[in-house]
Amino acid sequence: MSEMYGKGILKGLGVTLKRFWDTYWEDAVWLFRQVTRGERRYRSPEGIAHRASKNTRGIFTVQYPEEKLPVPEEFRFVPFLVYEEGPNGEKVMRCTSCGICSRVCPPQCIWIVRTTDPETGRPIPDPAEFYIDIDICMNCGLCAEFCPFDAIKMDHDYELASFGRSVYDKEKLAKPVSYYESIRPLNAARENAARAAKEAARLAASAKPEA
Amino acid sequence: MTAPAPVETLDLAARFPGWVTPDSRPGYSGWIVEKDKLLDFARALRDDLGYDYLSSVTGVDYLPEGKMEVVYHAYKTTGGPGVNFKVQVERRDPVEVPSLVSIYPGAEFQEREAWDLLGIKFTGHPDLRRILMWEDFAGHPLRKDWREAYFEEEFKPFKSRWPEGKFQMAEDKARLGDNLSFPAGFDPRKKTDFDPEKALYEALRQYQKTESGLETEHLLVNIGPHHPSTHGVFRVAVVLDGETIVNLKPVMGYLHRNHEKIGERNTFLMNMPYTDRLDYLTSMSNNFGYALAVEKLMGITPPERAEYIRVMMAELTRIANHVWAIGFLLNDLGAYFTPMLYAQEERELILDIFEAVSGSRMMCNYFRFGGVARDLPDGVLEKVRDLAFDRLPRKVDELENLLADNEIIRARGIGQGVLTAEDAIRYSTSGPLLRASGIPYDVRRAEPYSIYDRLEFDVACRPNGDIYDRMMIRFDEIRQSLRIIQQTVKQIPAGPIMAVKPAYQVRVPPGEAYGRVEGPKGELGFYIVSTGKSSPWRYHVRAPSFINLTAFGPMCVGQKIADLVAILGSIDIVLGECDR
Repeated sequence: MSEMYGKGILKGLGVTLKRFWDTYWEDAVWLFRQVTRGERRYRSPEGIAHRASKNTRGIFTVQYPEEKLPVPEEFRFVPFLVYEEGPNGEKVMRCTSCGICSRVCPPQCIWIVRTTDPETGRPIPDPAEFYIDIDICMNCGLCAEFCPFDAIKMDHDYELASFGRSVYDKEKLAKPVSYYESIRPLNAARENAARAAKEAARLAASAKPEA
Repeated sequence: MTAPAPVETLDLAARFPGWVTPDSRPGYSGWIVEKDKLLDFARALRDDLGYDYLSSVTGVDYLPEGKMEVVYHAYKTTGGPGVNFKVQVERRDPVEVPSLVSIYPGAEFQEREAWDLLGIKFTGHPDLRRILMWEDFAGHPLRKDWREAYFEEEFKPFKSRWPEGKFQMAEDKARLGDNLSFPAGFDPRKKTDFDPEKALYEALRQYQKTESGLETEHLLVNIGPHHPSTHGVFRVAVVLDGETIVNLKPVMGYLHRNHEKIGERNTFLMNMPYTDRLDYLTSMSNNFGYALAVEKLMGITPPERAEYIRVMMAELTRIANHVWAIGFLLNDLGAYFTPMLYAQEERELILDIFEAVSGSRMMCNYFRFGGVARDLPDGVLEKVRDLAFDRLPRKVDELENLLADNEIIRARGIGQGVLTAEDAIRYSTSGPLLRASGIPYDVRRAEPYSIYDRLEFDVACRPNGDIYDRMMIRFDEIRQSLRIIQQTVKQIPAGPIMAVKPAYQVRVPPGEAYGRVEGPKGELGFYIVSTGKSSPWRYHVRAPSFINLTAFGPMCVGQKIADLVAILGSIDIVLGECDR
């Protein structure tokens, strides 16, 4: 026991008082910065970045939904299918309906119908149907991690609240490459380089016998 | 501390001839004990050989061999490798095995769980009731021939998903009412006289006699399952004499989803994101334990850089968990939300790191067999450095200033809810609960895994075993975790992050493995049996939240009812892990 009863409580109150002071002092500091540099504490990228850094003081609540923390590149929420835009603006799916994503999916929420050639009966590398049961998806990201064609990727859009059951079909899941490159620039650049290297190696290998 | 005897030199078969034989199945280790000699064996193991800590009890259903097996893992609290022994019995209904509760009281809940899920009857158990399923449930779901509602196939991946994936919602395939099966002779439309609570209340009532022999009027109070201070859907049935607790029984399973059955349908890799959902506050640690167990079976070790990343993440998880635990203990003491939110702020910054590294704040799914899923993105190491060297030490001191000397916390914490050192071992408690009772037992030191043997840190320990010590030990552990993180940040080497090529179907040789880590809540163990197929044959989680609750009753008896909530808060349970 401390020698004076109430000392510990006063010490604790000192901590809360300091927090109180810090919060308003920060406001004053940012007011000064707003006047001199035009930087604001709230509803501005620099303000949010400051509140997510080690130097933040006082209360550092991010006022969602008016403000949103920027999501890091690796952030994952619900998969989508990547398509390339063809010369006439048609959507060319990267997906070949190989089925690896539906086999690796832990809650088994991916359903794929493979297209087969009606004449030969051989599979065509393009999914006829592609469903993801969004309400069952656990956002683990394994489908995107093990897709050999970079065709299924995890999205950044996390505001998906709905009143009913959400089952996304191929139409709803498809998003252009440009969107993918905008949310994950580093990953996309890495994958593009790897694909280009593979393609170059393939061309070199096929060119050799002719030479 | 004497050097622990390595398990290889421990020849139990020579010591107990006729009782014990080595387990010679390929990939297995340990000893098979004769059923009739189990009690004598366990007593000798505890008293003569010093294996005083029974970590895990579970069963395995070897359906093709027509056998059931009970698997025990015992350790010494002075450290060193453990001993693993088994009892095999013919697979009947019900299977009978002697109960070890009289020797290791920590087996109480675990044996109840094995009875509930596997139908192994432990003879001599003082209170053998179902624990996770409800009392009038029929069948034992972890048996291999038991099938759940909405059953599709034995193993994932399910064949309907590809290539002819005709999408059907699960609720359309088996409509409500069609998804139930009843035992023979049971008519759901007829009212039965069965009272599911009767067994519970009867178990409580046997303690109603007082010392003086006077029949006094005791009061039975149910706290929970929907009570804000039980940290989830958890219920305690308490018998009170005035305001003093005479006896109590925790009732759990409200969040039970049979994680282990799901795990046995999943492939090995699919289980990784499911482990996140055990103790959802410490997903990185859960990943760690599971990855260790499977890596033991596969015989691979992750590369150096991956080990450093793993340890860094596991220790950040510990800090995030402990600030949460301290904050919510204060909530339970009645200091609503101010201390909790002060503690929470630092957790937010840690979760930002997890989000950048793994893609998710809480459900990290970051570890892979043989490494981690991806390397640290640019800037993350600097963020960790900023937190570990600058912000967190400062903030932990501030939080301690706020709480440690507070007269109300001291008055309500010191000397309350005491768990003695002997009881802490007997009841198989682990983690901060065990160490606050004066037992410096930490898996990271007792049986080091990963790179912990190379890192400098102390095992936090406090002598009194009361609520206050259990709060303060979490501050000590945060400081030790910061020391570890500081070392990993300084020493982390460059290099690969995976020992093997990433694959979605791993080949796991047949055998058994028990991987255990020092999770923030205590010893988190994964017992895995592989038959060489793509899914584990048996997947068992030794959940610290669940087993720590074994000591909850003894800690509360004699205390006032108002302290029950504080004692529960000081254990720090998460129901996702407790109920599995």
